[in-house]
Amino acid sequence: MDLGYSTEEMAFRNEVRSWLADNLPADLREKVLAYQHLSKEDLVRWHKILDAKGWAVPHWPVEWGGTGWDITQRYIFNDEFGLAGAPGIAPFGPAMCASVLMRFGTDEQKNRFLPRIRSGDDFWVQGYSEPGSGSDLASLKTRAERKGDKYVVNGQKIWTTLGHYGDWIFCLVRTDPNAKIRQEGISFLLIDMKTPGITVRPLILMDGGHEVNEVFFDNVEVPAENLIHDENKGWTVAKYLLGHERMGSGNVGASKRELQTLRELASKEIKNGKPLLQDARFRDRLTRVEVEIQALELTSLRFLDKMRRTGQPPGADVSMLKLKGSELQQAITELMMQALGPDAQPFVGVEDGHVDEYRARMAPRYFNYRKTSIYAGSNEIQRNIIAKMTLGL
Amino acid sequence: MDFEFSEEQTQLAESLRKYLANEYDFEKRKAIVKSASGVSDTVWATFADMGLTALALPEADGGFGGGAVDLMAAMEACGEALVVEPLLDNVGLAARLVARGGSTAQREALLPGVVDGRHRLAFAYLEPGRRYELDAQKTTARAQAGGWVLDGEKSVVIGAPSARVLVVSAHTAGVAGLPDGTSLFLVDADAAGVSINACRTVDGQRAADVTFTGVKLPAEALVGTAGGALPLIEEAVDFATALLCADAIGTMKNANDATLEYLKTRKQFGAPIGSFQALQHRMVDMYVVCEQARSMAIFAAAKVDEGGDAGARKRAVSAAKVKIADAARQVSQESVQLHGGMGMTEELKVSHNFRRLTMIAQRFGDADHHLERYATFD
Repeated sequence: MDLGYSTEEMAFRNEVRSWLADNLPADLREKVLAYQHLSKEDLVRWHKILDAKGWAVPHWPVEWGGTGWDITQRYIFNDEFGLAGAPGIAPFGPAMCASVLMRFGTDEQKNRFLPRIRSGDDFWVQGYSEPGSGSDLASLKTRAERKGDKYVVNGQKIWTTLGHYGDWIFCLVRTDPNAKIRQEGISFLLIDMKTPGITVRPLILMDGGHEVNEVFFDNVEVPAENLIHDENKGWTVAKYLLGHERMGSGNVGASKRELQTLRELASKEIKNGKPLLQDARFRDRLTRVEVEIQALELTSLRFLDKMRRTGQPPGADVSMLKLKGSELQQAITELMMQALGPDAQPFVGVEDGHVDEYRARMAPRYFNYRKTSIYAGSNEIQRNIIAKMTLGL
Repeated sequence: MDFEFSEEQTQLAESLRKYLANEYDFEKRKAIVKSASGVSDTVWATFADMGLTALALPEADGGFGGGAVDLMAAMEACGEALVVEPLLDNVGLAARLVARGGSTAQREALLPGVVDGRHRLAFAYLEPGRRYELDAQKTTARAQAGGWVLDGEKSVVIGAPSARVLVVSAHTAGVAGLPDGTSLFLVDADAAGVSINACRTVDGQRAADVTFTGVKLPAEALVGTAGGALPLIEEAVDFATALLCADAIGTMKNANDATLEYLKTRKQFGAPIGSFQALQHRMVDMYVVCEQARSMAIFAAAKVDEGGDAGARKRAVSAAKVKIADAARQVSQESVQLHGGMGMTEELKVSHNFRRLTMIAQRFGDADHHLERYATFD
């Protein structure tokens, strides 16, 4: 038992930290720390800076541009990323689509798509959920009909995060509506979003922000060569991807930074002549959050340690990181809003009015983070997974 | 970074687990709890043979020089079996205080007997009405004629009824050249003026309220320097708290395993009740909170073993105890609820786990106490 990092790992942490300090553009960092909206240009610019350093896709095999870091180094890298206030790398291309291509793609597909994911030239988004298919994803209806060397796609996706930035979208589509087992009628298809017949419509969330979209497909013609794995084997691909989505879902580094921000906020607010940070009621809630962060971080490290020793993927238990990580992010954003008290109310200036923009983002952030227990497999679905796969219920 | 127990640590826990499975099952434990002394000397001798009493004592005192991490897996096994023998109270508290604070003569007189299981010690520090305070106020020691006179009262001294010697904290005042403060004394349990009012705790351990009336102690009964024992006590209680956290993990794991088994076998409405999602999700939450608590128990054990900065140690132990107290409450309450009426009965181990976890949540400070202490060391 040794909970410390080795000298080499500490040196690596310092290397990442100082590189981030030198290379993370100040305007991007400020936007992240001020909880401002990041444009596609912002995200791509940052991606390209990382790519120039060779750090855009650390977890990839070295021959495709990965760093060859072990899992502890990757964890440290993500941790420092979060602590520094670096814009997150959207997972859809580098983490998700790339994992699928590496596992199921043909050489031609890999050569065609992976370099452009690595370089940030293609921005990928995910087409999974549909209006009638949320947690019950296998009920999806978006139809892809094979006609010669093309698929013709009709239907609708929803909750497409950053769909309005997307150059490409990977979709689960129904290729066999008559399959006896519905999972066996689904395929995994890559679609160029510039193809005629695709319409992206924003869905504005209760924080006023535009992150998610509806994507409509109206007789969209997709070359059959864009099919991943075999036709009707898309569910196998989707299941493979689920584990990837959950491993990084703890967001411990970012939560640690948020906690620091929360403490700063609470030390400036005055209650009964003392900083709110010293108020017993507030303090107890804050401490419980701090304890949860420590527990989550240690649990994440235990998973990593086990993966390193066994060489095996983490298994269904990793769902607990998503469960606890999302609850934690929600708890922090809620406490930040509550720390402001009545000042959490102003939202936007109207007419000639203005608001303190930083403070005005706290309540909307609390609103926005309600998503974390809903997306990427709702927390109820995560519990179903643990119940079935780990506990055998 | 390595979160695994060493081979020796695992082997010790496995042989202990095997022994307890055979010799400390539910019925045998019940017999021990109901016996006159409430502890089994046979079990204690076996613990000593296995090296449990020696593990965390210095090599100079006949121990193995180990720490909380070395004992963790074994404590977890004790937690699974709901062991009532005062292992933690000896290796975590009383013997540790003697080993770290005592003179050569004191260590030589007491520790070999602890190591080989010949006798037990107990640490008397809690005082009536003062909750979890670690300094002594209501028990005093006056310097007199080359020795000391001890007066006062200690509450819930676990292990006192079967201890040969008590380590007692007392307030010392008026010692020339030394500040007022808390001191430690070694007191024979059968000394004149020591009154032991024994009880059984709700989780089946033996404890006592102990009264000291004009107890005359020789000068060499003092452990360490007069008035300066508080840091020593705080360290030992933190160490013992880390062990208690490991013990709690064992009990929670046992409660969870039993509940999961019950969900799979108990049928209602023609189906195992574990097929109902309302119960599945609660079971998952019990499982997850136990894993989170395990992470914090590991953290606490590693931090107390690190030595070094007392503030960092206190923060880590308090963080762990907050999590363990919350988890113990959730797991114990939910395991009873998911067992339905049967969970309420004495016939199932679940209710005994419930009692143990409830007491663990409060021992050495409940969640509120540790939330406050954590904030103090910000």
